[in-house]
Amino acid sequence: MTANGLLQIGLFLAALFLLAKPLGGYMARVYEGNPPAFARWLSPMENLFYRLCGVNPEEEMRWTRYAMATLWFSLLGMVAVYAMQRLQGMLPLNPQGFGAVTPDSAFNTAISFVTNTNWQGYAGESTLSYLTQMAALAVQNFFSAATGMAVLIALIRGFARHTVDTIGNFWVDMTRSTVYILLPLSFLLALVLVSQGVVQNFASYKTVETVETIRYDNPKLDAAGQPIKDAAGNPVTEKAATKEQTLPMGPVASQEAIKELGTNGGGFFNANSSHPFENPTPLTNFLEILAIFLIPGALCHTFGRMVGDTRQGWAILAAMTLVFLGLLAVAEVSETAGNPALAALGVDQAVSATQSGGNMEGKETRFGVVNSALFATVTTSTSCGAVNSMHDSFTPLGGLVPLVNIQLGEVIYGGVGSGLYAMLIYAVIAVFIAGLMIGRTPEYLGKKIEAFDIKMASLTILIPPLLILCGTAAAVMVDAGRAGVANPGAHGFSEILYAFSSAAGNNGSAFAGLSANTPFYNTALGIAMWIGRFWLIVPVLALAGSLAAKKRIPAGAGTMPTHTPLFVMLLIGTVILVGALTFVPALGLGPIVEHLAMVGAH
Amino acid sequence: MLKEIRPAVVSFLVLSLVTGVAYPLAVTGIAQAVFPEQANGSVIMQNGKAVGSALIGQSFSDPRYFWGRPSATGPMPYNAAASGGSNLGPANPALLEAVKGRVQALREADPGNTAPVPVDLVTASASGLDPHISPAAAEYQAPRVARLRHLPAETVRALVARHTEDRQFGLLGEPRVNVLELNLALDALP
Repeated sequence: MTANGLLQIGLFLAALFLLAKPLGGYMARVYEGNPPAFARWLSPMENLFYRLCGVNPEEEMRWTRYAMATLWFSLLGMVAVYAMQRLQGMLPLNPQGFGAVTPDSAFNTAISFVTNTNWQGYAGESTLSYLTQMAALAVQNFFSAATGMAVLIALIRGFARHTVDTIGNFWVDMTRSTVYILLPLSFLLALVLVSQGVVQNFASYKTVETVETIRYDNPKLDAAGQPIKDAAGNPVTEKAATKEQTLPMGPVASQEAIKELGTNGGGFFNANSSHPFENPTPLTNFLEILAIFLIPGALCHTFGRMVGDTRQGWAILAAMTLVFLGLLAVAEVSETAGNPALAALGVDQAVSATQSGGNMEGKETRFGVVNSALFATVTTSTSCGAVNSMHDSFTPLGGLVPLVNIQLGEVIYGGVGSGLYAMLIYAVIAVFIAGLMIGRTPEYLGKKIEAFDIKMASLTILIPPLLILCGTAAAVMVDAGRAGVANPGAHGFSEILYAFSSAAGNNGSAFAGLSANTPFYNTALGIAMWIGRFWLIVPVLALAGSLAAKKRIPAGAGTMPTHTPLFVMLLIGTVILVGALTFVPALGLGPIVEHLAMVGAH
Repeated sequence: MLKEIRPAVVSFLVLSLVTGVAYPLAVTGIAQAVFPEQANGSVIMQNGKAVGSALIGQSFSDPRYFWGRPSATGPMPYNAAASGGSNLGPANPALLEAVKGRVQALREADPGNTAPVPVDLVTASASGLDPHISPAAAEYQAPRVARLRHLPAETVRALVARHTEDRQFGLLGEPRVNVLELNLALDALP
């Protein structure tokens, strides 16, 4: 790592921590229905929504009704996104005249965006109309983020309240997340992105005349538009030449902003945030990374404020940051070290004043290795899944980091809302383990943790690994699963493992060599995404309801404080232990054996 | 459970209008008024003709031009309508073959240059549209371009230096050279 690399990372973390407190405090006031004066001009809009929807904002819900509202809202979103993709050929704002998306791809994408996963089986610039992008996908970028935040706030209320049977009103929490938090921040970010060169228009794609004539081999297509193959199965090509380049256009900046702020991650273009029209400069890259961590980081302070002890929030943030730094270091060091196989070919991978050096396959020059490894670690610590480099081409250990991040449950900052609620579940497990060790009933934030609570917590921790490991095992056993693999050997296994980790963890990034836009993967990953999201949200809300109903017990001499360095370490230990025990064998078959083979060969 | 259906439907519709229609329209309106060039693709115009975008790279294979990053887009390189990387793993023989071929092509275009090849010049970018190369990659090619264009080496070096962007604010990202702009400037030399 160069001094400049450390400085860039330090600056990013400094900006994050400086913003966490004011934004976290602001969000706490918003959810308590008491927004600060500068945001009150939005209140009439909020109240208008309630009147139109027939919602009484004072009326609170029990956890079952809260869960029902969440599910209805998501189901409706899924149907709408599916329908818009299938009907886009007949709808306006489709200057490229794209036809209907295939049923399995539309099914996968609908679940993907409703669950905040934003896995991209499709290539945006050659598949989706502007209307589908902005009114179906970007809308879900807002809604899925707002839903995650609402569920988190309900869980926080479970801790903050006592002896009541309600945990808030979903419509109110969801509306406030959208109106006061996501919309204003997105608006500001979108304008800064445009100023740097992110496109924002409704024009059709632009054709420019290139400097050189480009000669290439064009695959021949049959009457049905399928590539013709010769006897050996290789595509038949013909020589072609062009002096034109087609520049894609569209309302990109508005979608880019919420894509990062809502930890969604579904790119307007296939290449996601590595595409120069999504992420043109180092400044946009800095802001996009910051935007991914911004709300999840600040929500830790919101949590501290709402439970009446800000130290509790800072302790969680400290635990997240320590794990993040450890994993980031591994990614940075492995990517900077480069690919030993290339060194033998006379390639210069050394870091110098005039080049970033390192493993540059699948990375952009303007970001270099430092910002690519940073982006990869950030996007997988959260449930974002946007990428500014191709994870599939990372070194084995560099690629291990995003994979492990996802498998730890994306609790290192995590998705907006979903990260912190999963981390609070780990906190519950941590106090439970500590309680077992000393033989006392565990408590967290004055709430006794009992059998029902541990059952719900265990469900949320066990379901994702079950999906990931069983899904991977099934896919490597069937032809349809193996057919998608792009890279030979252990790396091919990693591609499948990554796909199911990403889907079940609602991340959305990929080892993108895997050809996943097939009926098998669209269906299997779609199911994994749905279960990975809603089978977690329901137990979390059940836990919230159970906690809210409990009495608050005053801290005694035997109560373990949960804001101390000791607890921070205990929490980190729990997260890593659960993750490691579950996934080390699978990781051994993928990136670890690949790393050993690479080191052994050179 | 059915009484949540009305708020679900109505809030879905109303908030969709706000976040999916009003918001992108408002951003577009302001963007087109304040940053029209950036919002429309940072297109480079020459003699009234669009010759490319300052943000999107183009394919160069003539040794008289600076070459950019290899591009993995199909069917032709730098296909801006189908962005993407190679997704080749680090140990994939196909990656090593590709790199070997690129090193060879560079050496054939510039016999006698035995310096190690800067890595970004032989590895495919993530987007397939990377408009930049590292200053090291430009330095590596400068003598070749100068020789084939019968230009003094200093002239080409000076041109490269003029088109080298430092880290943003001297701090963020990596130093880089915009290949299309540099090549357009080369062609514009008297």
